[in-house]
Amino acid sequence: MIQYDKLIFELSREERVGYSLPKSRFNDYSFNDLNEQFLRNEEPYLPEVSELDVLRHFTNISNKNFGIENGFYPLGSCTMKYNPKINEEIASLRGFRRIHPLQPASTVQGALKVYYELQRILSEVSGLHEFTLNSYAGAHGELVGLMIIKKYHQSRQDFKRNKIIIPDSAHGTNPASVVVCGMKVIEISSNKRGRVDLQSLKEAVEGRDDIAGMMLTNPNTLGIFEDDICEITKVIHEAGGLMYYDGANLNALLGKVRPGDMGFDVMHINLHKTFSTPHGGGGPGSGPVGVTKELEPFLPNPRIKKLEDHYYIEENGDAIGRISSYYGNYLVSLRAYVYLLTLGKENIKLVGPYATLNANYIKNALKTAYQLPIDGNCMHEVVFNGLINKDTDIKTLDIAKRLLDYGMHAPTIYFPLLFPQAIMIEPTETESLQTIDAFINIMHKIAIEAKEDPDKLKDAPTKTPIRRTDEVFAAKEMIFSYKDYLTYTEEREQ
Amino acid sequence: MFKYFPHTKADIEKMLKSLNISSIDELFNELPESVIYNSDYDIPSFMSEAELRSYFDQLNNQNKELTLFSGLGAYDHYQPAIIDAITSRQEFMTSYTPYQPEISQGTLQYIFEYQSMIQTLTGMDVSNASMYDGSTSTAEACFMAASISRKRSKLLISTTLNPNTIKVIETYLKFKGLEWDYVDSKNGVTDLKDMKSKLDKDIAGVVVQNPNFFGHIENYDGFSETLKENKSLFIMNADISTLGVLKTPFEQGADIACGECQSLGMPVAYGGPFLGYLATNKSYVRKMPGRICGYTHDLEGKRAFVLTLQAREQHIRRSKANSNICSNQSLMALFVTIYLSTMGKHGLKKVNELSYQGSHYLYDRLLKTGKFKDPFNQPFLKEFVLETTISHDLIQEALLENNIFGGYSLQSFGDEYENLVNFAVTEKRTKAEIDRLVEILEGLS
Amino acid sequence: MSKILEGLYYSDDHEWVKVLEDDLVLVGVTDFAQAELGDVVFVDLPEEGDEIVKGEEFGAVESVKAASDLVAPISGEVIEVNEELASEPERVNQEPYEAWFLKVKLNDPKELEKLLDHKAYKEEISE
Repeated sequence: MIQYDKLIFELSREERVGYSLPKSRFNDYSFNDLNEQFLRNEEPYLPEVSELDVLRHFTNISNKNFGIENGFYPLGSCTMKYNPKINEEIASLRGFRRIHPLQPASTVQGALKVYYELQRILSEVSGLHEFTLNSYAGAHGELVGLMIIKKYHQSRQDFKRNKIIIPDSAHGTNPASVVVCGMKVIEISSNKRGRVDLQSLKEAVEGRDDIAGMMLTNPNTLGIFEDDICEITKVIHEAGGLMYYDGANLNALLGKVRPGDMGFDVMHINLHKTFSTPHGGGGPGSGPVGVTKELEPFLPNPRIKKLEDHYYIEENGDAIGRISSYYGNYLVSLRAYVYLLTLGKENIKLVGPYATLNANYIKNALKTAYQLPIDGNCMHEVVFNGLINKDTDIKTLDIAKRLLDYGMHAPTIYFPLLFPQAIMIEPTETESLQTIDAFINIMHKIAIEAKEDPDKLKDAPTKTPIRRTDEVFAAKEMIFSYKDYLTYTEEREQ
Repeated sequence: MFKYFPHTKADIEKMLKSLNISSIDELFNELPESVIYNSDYDIPSFMSEAELRSYFDQLNNQNKELTLFSGLGAYDHYQPAIIDAITSRQEFMTSYTPYQPEISQGTLQYIFEYQSMIQTLTGMDVSNASMYDGSTSTAEACFMAASISRKRSKLLISTTLNPNTIKVIETYLKFKGLEWDYVDSKNGVTDLKDMKSKLDKDIAGVVVQNPNFFGHIENYDGFSETLKENKSLFIMNADISTLGVLKTPFEQGADIACGECQSLGMPVAYGGPFLGYLATNKSYVRKMPGRICGYTHDLEGKRAFVLTLQAREQHIRRSKANSNICSNQSLMALFVTIYLSTMGKHGLKKVNELSYQGSHYLYDRLLKTGKFKDPFNQPFLKEFVLETTISHDLIQEALLENNIFGGYSLQSFGDEYENLVNFAVTEKRTKAEIDRLVEILEGLS
Repeated sequence: MSKILEGLYYSDDHEWVKVLEDDLVLVGVTDFAQAELGDVVFVDLPEEGDEIVKGEEFGAVESVKAASDLVAPISGEVIEVNEELASEPERVNQEPYEAWFLKVKLNDPKELEKLLDHKAYKEEISE
């Protein structure tokens, strides 16, 4: 199966079909009646294949993928927890799939209730006042949150605040979102403990009247808690700024700490991380944004409200505006709601503690072979800086690739940027001691291989559907479609 | 014990022991006490699977599944059964962004196939791996135009765009610090003359939609030449499904094509998840937001696919990236790829033919009632608007009583549309359903 | 060991400047810079007639996993852009001192005096 090597276009045979459509019913009409100038000149190049062709093709290529049900997926910062099946079952109910987003509120009360109630649970769990579920992903949530911050300052006739403070350990989306929102980044350095350097922060805001706010992930991207958080919040608030919580690492805090209680004013949550909705190979995710009561009027339109037992849709003139066609990735929200009700208040409080226990156990077991740049307790994930033994030329990349040969997904590598050989491991609470022990054993085995048989790592992976790829070729040749591919092969043949 | 947490007492004890601590709480000792939340969240108690099913059945029943005669960005097209069968495979559904190509060829290959299909439908050189939805992809296209033009900071937006799309573009532009103006419509289509009068050296690009908000197929003769002369980019938001038969953005001289892909195999699902596409000329590819998948080979020469041109993106360029987007709607791109594989060019053509037939039959029948008239008389494909003297509330009520959603009043989009109602007919609507709709409307006054 | 040529001027940002005649110079990146970047896949350059300003960005060099801004070592008008780099960006890696980026007409030839000579640059990169 692994040998399957066809593009869907290469299966195409003229006249073959995979669809089933009704007969023509109104033969008096045809799009050919349209003026020719409106019709395309050339037919699109789409495959002509049977239904079974399609199924086999995609089933075969799916076997070249690694999913959470294949094995351990310790991808740091991505929270690859189990994606429950019941979420999928509920999200496939006709009453949710087959409702049009413009249907009157009276005909979609169930859907509106899901939106409203999920929004209430997120508020309670995060300690903020109210959420929108309209933002499509974490990065989209960041942008929306920053728009809210900007709008808040403008609503007070304060137009000069356009600087956002970001620690150097932050995700790349943070500075990118700031610029897309028309503001500027002030980057501050981390201290030796891998945390925000309070002194640098104070100096950065000293005497300035243009600080709009600060974006912070807590636990930060090193997986450690910013224990000066109360002082950080105070410094920013006294400088007139607002605190933005990047929810990338919220999983660590579930059951233990609420962002609102740490003094954050705006935040986003990645439902696809913390609340178990599938990552889908890169989306659809969902990035709900929560705010304090003071900022509530600025949440994007449309909003879902409740009056007694009736849910309704509202547009608010103070809002930042509209940021999505409709209500965000609605079916993703629905899955998260199912997950939260499955956990309930009894189980949700164990998420952060178990995730943290798992990560610390790994940290402790691997620190004899892998360099731990910041000692002390970690939260839900741990960052190493390559092997302790720096005598070999084995890099983090080689370790990651070797793990694939052992049937596990690689951790996140080369992030955060603070350490040149960063390996970031996040086990999540859904992994058992036995799975984690197996991972630890393999990591130690790889450390020994690095010394005794380094070629095994340099050549890795060898047991995967393909070996290491030529990325320079991809970037230079720029073959982005089947059409490009045909042109390329023709040119090569000549 | 709880089914998603495998932690037995013995396991926990073993782990604590290895860490030399006696309780998990000790791991949180460094946290300031003032931020620790010690009580239970005020949220519902857990539900068993049976309880969940019955709770969501109830909610499900509070949503009314209606016969859809409405479009406006979300269309009730046929979804082949195999889409769900394939997209629910955990290998596709639960995997992460394909950063490790050696174990992600499934995802990478369908993204490549998706890009190929968007390429051929739009006629443009290159598609990215997809965006959140049609409105945000159009907003990103505006950013792209501003970035390509380097110093220009203004966009022109045709008023025949879906007002929701316009609102999203406005939000994006407003916060980024870009300006915009509107191109008026004349007779339900974008007015070339008005566009010309608003062009100047500060216009980075002009955005149009085809078929437009009213369902009209616009005629862009003269647009591309005029814009080229002014060095402004031509951005076309086009309903991807209609491009099976309609003139492509490329053939009309567009520089960037973008829009919604919901009509290619996705349920209307109360508005999401959908998928936005974005395609452009190769010379602009480095200004394009989002992921791009490229063809390459592995070290044994085997065909392989990888994410490429990543140096444009936020995780590398940080504050200098053109966009902050860091995902695509990958699984929805799989919907599109399976749909288009299943339909092929003939199937897609037939979908458009059947939709055209049904919508024109309905159009003629409604005009014949004497209660509707077309103030525009423009060509359309599957969706149209009419003026009516019947109260819009009455239409909605009467149709809802018969489990039909249609004749949507455009007034909710703004007073300028006050007399107009929308109808959309896809290949799924039967003659009996259309006749019933007409019969109900005929009886109103 | 990075190659450094005698007779060129160098900037802290790892660019070299070669004087062709009086106020006409070529600008490129050093051997050290290309090695740090890895395989160059794209060079983003200004257009003919554009002005570049000392200390300000004028373009970028991209490798597979990184992008570095190009900072102008001198100020002047772009007279010519090396079009060959569009199709053969790998030349930046292969022969960094041949693969020039821009031909620039200097606004003020005295600016050259503020750049490093080959000895000073050698010290700079050995630090």
